[in-house]
Amino acid sequence: MTQLADGRAAEAQQPSGRLRFLPHLVRTTAFKLTAIYLVVFAAFAIFVLGYVAWNAKNLLDDQIRSTIDAEIQGLAEQQRLGGIRRLVQVIERRSRGPGASLYLVTTPLGERIAGNIEALPPGTLDRQGESEIEYARSSETLDQTNHAIVRVFMLPAGFRLLVGRDVEERERLRVVIKRAAGWSFLLVVVLGCFAGWFVARRVLKRIDGMNDTARSIMAGDLKGRLAIAGTGDELDRLAGNLNAMLDRIGELMSGMQQVTDNIAHDLKTPLTRLRNRAEEALRTAQSPEQLRAALDGSIEEADGLIRVFNALLMIARLETRQISDSMAPLDLAEIVDGLSELYEPLAEEAGLTLSASVEPGLSLTGNRELIGQALANLIDNALKYGKPEGEAPATVVVTANRVGDMVELGVADHGAGIPEADRGRALERFVRLDQSRSKPGFGLGLALASAVAHLHGGTIRLSDNAPGLAIVMSLPIVPPPVDRPVTEAPQGSTSQPDAAGFQSA
Amino acid sequence: MRLLIVEDDAEAAAYLVKAFREAGHVADHAPDGLEGYAMAQGGGYDVLVVDRMLPRMDGLSVIRSLREQGETVPVLILSALAQVDDRVKGLRAGGDDYLPKPYAFSELLARVEVLSRRRGAPASEPTTYRVGDLLLDRLAHRVTRAGEEIVLQPREFRLLEYLMKHAGQVVTRTMLLENVWDYHFDPQTNVIDVHVSRLRAKVDKGFEHPMIHTIRGAGYMVRDTAR
Repeated sequence: MTQLADGRAAEAQQPSGRLRFLPHLVRTTAFKLTAIYLVVFAAFAIFVLGYVAWNAKNLLDDQIRSTIDAEIQGLAEQQRLGGIRRLVQVIERRSRGPGASLYLVTTPLGERIAGNIEALPPGTLDRQGESEIEYARSSETLDQTNHAIVRVFMLPAGFRLLVGRDVEERERLRVVIKRAAGWSFLLVVVLGCFAGWFVARRVLKRIDGMNDTARSIMAGDLKGRLAIAGTGDELDRLAGNLNAMLDRIGELMSGMQQVTDNIAHDLKTPLTRLRNRAEEALRTAQSPEQLRAALDGSIEEADGLIRVFNALLMIARLETRQISDSMAPLDLAEIVDGLSELYEPLAEEAGLTLSASVEPGLSLTGNRELIGQALANLIDNALKYGKPEGEAPATVVVTANRVGDMVELGVADHGAGIPEADRGRALERFVRLDQSRSKPGFGLGLALASAVAHLHGGTIRLSDNAPGLAIVMSLPIVPPPVDRPVTEAPQGSTSQPDAAGFQSA
Repeated sequence: MRLLIVEDDAEAAAYLVKAFREAGHVADHAPDGLEGYAMAQGGGYDVLVVDRMLPRMDGLSVIRSLREQGETVPVLILSALAQVDDRVKGLRAGGDDYLPKPYAFSELLARVEVLSRRRGAPASEPTTYRVGDLLLDRLAHRVTRAGEEIVLQPREFRLLEYLMKHAGQVVTRTMLLENVWDYHFDPQTNVIDVHVSRLRAKVDKGFEHPMIHTIRGAGYMVRDTAR
């Protein structure tokens, strides 16, 4: 029993190929379009044929009526001239002739005197005026009926006159139109199906090709691109745009890949150090104090790693512009003086003089924390690498000036500087130039400052301080709306506008 | 000190409860926002530690509701969303302090202790702080030690003022950067240490007992060791 049920279930799950194909076909756009076209064309054909048929019928009916009118006038004339007898003679004569005209004269009791009608529906002669009836001709068999439009008149002394006309012509026309309707319907269906099949085959084939490519890309073939037929139609444009999108995604992915590689590489060193320290303590520590010192060192190392991750997260969030309602007017003198005061003892320790000069009354709209962090990073950088090697003065100068509708925050030192070729790269994440390898740091400070500048709609540029390095953050006094489109790639290209800006400067 | 930890991560909460107990405090735990809200109401806690992301009722709503009820218990917000905006939003909702995850327990403990002390403190700040023979006059901007005047720069004065205000309590480097300089970012280097050692040179030099102590792995503390 269960086996039977299972078998049925299996059958239900796997219908035959044709059944599987049908719902697939029904769901295609081509099928739906074909069906709609068919309905529209059929409706059009029905309307045209119906209109023609209706008009033809009216036209024929009018013709028949006017013929009957003319006959009646003629017969009335005869009756006026020669009474019933003359009328009967005329009718007998006319009845013998071939044609579509029908005549009948009866006595008041309904007996036939003259005419070419053998049988009538009962009561026809009692109805005066026009009616459409079935009748039988005298010359034909009684069971074969024809249709006719007739008119009945009461003659003097209770005689009745019926004049009519067979509508066989009209019936023939109806048959012709019916046949035309049938053929045109068939034609519409056949042509429609053919057109639908043609369109479906052409379009579906290309779309199926696109689907196959998309599937293979999803399966891992990232180099795959959609075929372009070269017809320049909308499918080609779609394929072109999708290919451009895939290229862009590829670029972003390789950028991400590079960042991930850098992160993995640069975090491996401190993690290894952390691990070695713990291992060393396990192996060699003799006293609780030694163990405690090793643990303290490990925690310090871990804190450093957490700081790196925080900085990375911050850069990522700045680049996706997840900072919203935190822009406010800032007093730049407060920020610059405060920060140089904060770092002044550090500068002194490093044997440098830190000085600040701010144009009075300078302010801009921005995020205090972020601009503070960016400037702090620049100052920290200058204190780390700004120690002069030769005769140059051992100073680090922080400046804030207004240039047009921008504020330029600059930090300049007289250290070794950065060679022109490396200046663009210096703003990238985890990029530590060769001369800085020996100093502590992760190479995130300038990347973060650059992200902050971009978030505020500004730029950051590195230039030669002859000797030394001058970094200038150029920020608009009123930043553009936060939700402007992101046009730069997250990695690397943030520095390109700056490099270009520097070369033209 | 009694504190309530509202945190949905059971492991993190268990760690916090244990660590606070070891530090000599009583800590209760609420696993979601709604229960935390219920427990905090009239629970007689000295400090609440509230995670931002909580099931059933998020952390900021808990704080906002408590404040609407007129509850003044100090609240420290823990958050994995370490970003400037989040701190501002948290404080706007009625939080008293904000600590981004991951954090060092020593940092959390120092901040919680400062918050609980604030609750018991009188409404108006005293005009002078005294620790042993060290005296700071806030109105006259004068610092003396054993009757001798110590000349301090304005920032050094504020640094000492903050340390003395929280005398006997651990004050972390981040707390100093936030409260003395009003900076909420990572200064990259040991700037604070340099400032403290400058201050120490002025305050402790030539005296037998130091006032400013370095608490390893945590921060600094002003304490009279003479007695």
